[in-house]
Amino acid sequence: MSLKDLRGRTAIVGVGTAGCGEAHGMGDLEILAQAAKAALDDAGLALKDVDGLCTANLNAAMWPLNVVEYLGIRPKFVEGTNVGGAAFVAHQLPAMLALDAGVCDVVLVCYGSTQRTSPFGRKERGAARILLDPEPFQTPYQPFNPPSSYALIAARHMHQYGTTRRHLAEVAVAARKWAQLNPEAFSREPLDIETVLGARMISDPFTAYDCCLVTDGAAAYVMTRADRARDLKKKPVHILANATAVWHRSVSSMQDLTVTPSKESGERAFAAAGLGPKDIDMLQTYDAFSINTLLALEDLGFCKKGEGGSFVEDGAIAPGGGFPVNTNGGGLSCVHPNMYGAFITIEAVRQLRGECGERQIEGAKTAVVNGNGGNSASSQSTSVLATADVL
Amino acid sequence: MQANSPLGPEAHYQAQLNEGRFLIQRCNDCARHVFYPRVVCPYCGCAELLWVEAEGAGTVYSTTTVRRKAEAGGDYDVSLIDLDEGVRMMSRVEGPAPAEVKIGMRVRARVIDHQGAGLVVFIAEDEK
Ligand SMILES: [Zn+2]
Repeated sequence: MSLKDLRGRTAIVGVGTAGCGEAHGMGDLEILAQAAKAALDDAGLALKDVDGLCTANLNAAMWPLNVVEYLGIRPKFVEGTNVGGAAFVAHQLPAMLALDAGVCDVVLVCYGSTQRTSPFGRKERGAARILLDPEPFQTPYQPFNPPSSYALIAARHMHQYGTTRRHLAEVAVAARKWAQLNPEAFSREPLDIETVLGARMISDPFTAYDCCLVTDGAAAYVMTRADRARDLKKKPVHILANATAVWHRSVSSMQDLTVTPSKESGERAFAAAGLGPKDIDMLQTYDAFSINTLLALEDLGFCKKGEGGSFVEDGAIAPGGGFPVNTNGGGLSCVHPNMYGAFITIEAVRQLRGECGERQIEGAKTAVVNGNGGNSASSQSTSVLATADVL
Repeated sequence: MQANSPLGPEAHYQAQLNEGRFLIQRCNDCARHVFYPRVVCPYCGCAELLWVEAEGAGTVYSTTTVRRKAEAGGDYDVSLIDLDEGVRMMSRVEGPAPAEVKIGMRVRARVIDHQGAGLVVFIAEDEK
C-alpha cells in the first residue's frame, strides 16, 4: 500500500468554527466544543457518532484526554501529535489510515484557544514554555519568537532573491482584501501597502502587519470514508492526499532558510493526488508571517524558487487576481488563535462546497491546504482536496 | 580533548564556555563539525564526537534587529552565524550597531559573561 492508494478514500463532511476573534468569558475547551458541535451539525452527525479524535493544544501535553472527557466520547482512535500549527493538517494522514482500515468511522479533528482574552496571559505562557521546553542555544540571545525566526528567514530570502518589503506587504494587503469579503474575519478595515511599510517595526524586516493576528478561535472538522460521506448532509470534499515533512525545530538548525519542508510534503502530496500546481484552483496556506505565503508558493511549485515576490505583485493573489490565496483573510487578517491549521482546511472545504458568498471562487474543484508549524517553518503538512467530480 | 567527559556534551560545552573556551564537536567518523553539542553525529549517527577549539571566524548568514523600547535597553541584534568550520549558530553581533549588521559580513567570536555564564557573541572583523 502507498499514499496513492488512499487517494479520495476519505472525505471531510462537516466543518465548524466558534469564538473567532474574541470569545470573552470562554475557555479553550468551551469554544472547541462549540466548534465540534457546529461541525457535526453541519455533517448531519452527532457526538455519539464520533469514534476517532485528533486534537492538540499548546498548553496541555495530554490534551486529547481533556477533550475526550469534556465531550464525553469514547474514541477507538486517538491522534494527539503536535507538530505546531500544521498539526491539524498533519492529523489527516493518520485519520485517513485509521478510517480506511476500518478502525473507526467518524473522526473529529478539533482545536480551540482563547489566548487573546484569557486572563492567564500570553506573557506568562511564553515564559512557562521556555522553562518547560528550553532552547539553550537560542534563548540567551533573546530572539523575539516566533517573529524573529521568520524575520531571519525573510531577511535571507530578500538577500538571496531580491525580495522586497513591498513584496511582503503585497501579501498582507491581499489577505486584508479577502478578509473584507469575509464576515467572520477579525481585521477588516482597509489596508494599503504604504501603511504596512510605514508601520511600527517588530523584528526587521517585519512590521506588525507582516505578523499574524493574536485572536481567540476554535475550529473543527469531521472526516469519514468516501462511501459513508455520500449519504450525509453536505457535499463531501475528498482528501486526495496528505503528506507531512518535519526538518528541524529551531531556525538556527534550518539548513537553507529559503526552503521549507513544504518542498518535500508538497511533492509527496501532489504525486499521490496525481495532480500538479497547474491543476489547483486555490491555495489555503498558513500565513503566520507574510514571508510564509511566498515560501509556500515557491516550495509547492506554484512559482520558481525566489520568484514568490514577483508572483504576488499587483494584487495577483488578492480578490480578482490571477490565483486566489488565503481567501478567508488568512492568519494575517482573519483569525489566528496560536495554532491555525484547522482553519485553512475549513476554508478550503467551504470554497469547494461553494459556501463562501462574496469571496467564493466560482467553479472551484481543487484546493491545496498547506500547514506550517514551529518557530521557523519547522513542520509543513500539505493536503490536496477536491470535489467528487475530480476523483 | 576526550569525548568521555564526565559531563554530558551540553554541560561540558557550557562549562568550557564559563572558562572562556569556545569548543565545538567534530565527528570522528564523517569528520564533519557539529553544533550544537550532541551525543550522536546528526550527519552519520556516529557516537564518537571529539571536542575541538572553534577557530572563531564566521560569516553572517542572516540577521534581524529586534525592536525594543529604549527604557528596556533599546534595539538589539539577533544573527545566524556560519562558522568557517561549516556549522551555524544563533548569536548576537555586538559591533557595529544592530542596523549596520549585514548578511555576508565577516565576524569574529568572543566569549562574554552573561548572567554569570559564558556566552558566544560576535564582532565584525574590522571592528576594534
Ligand atoms: Zn558523523
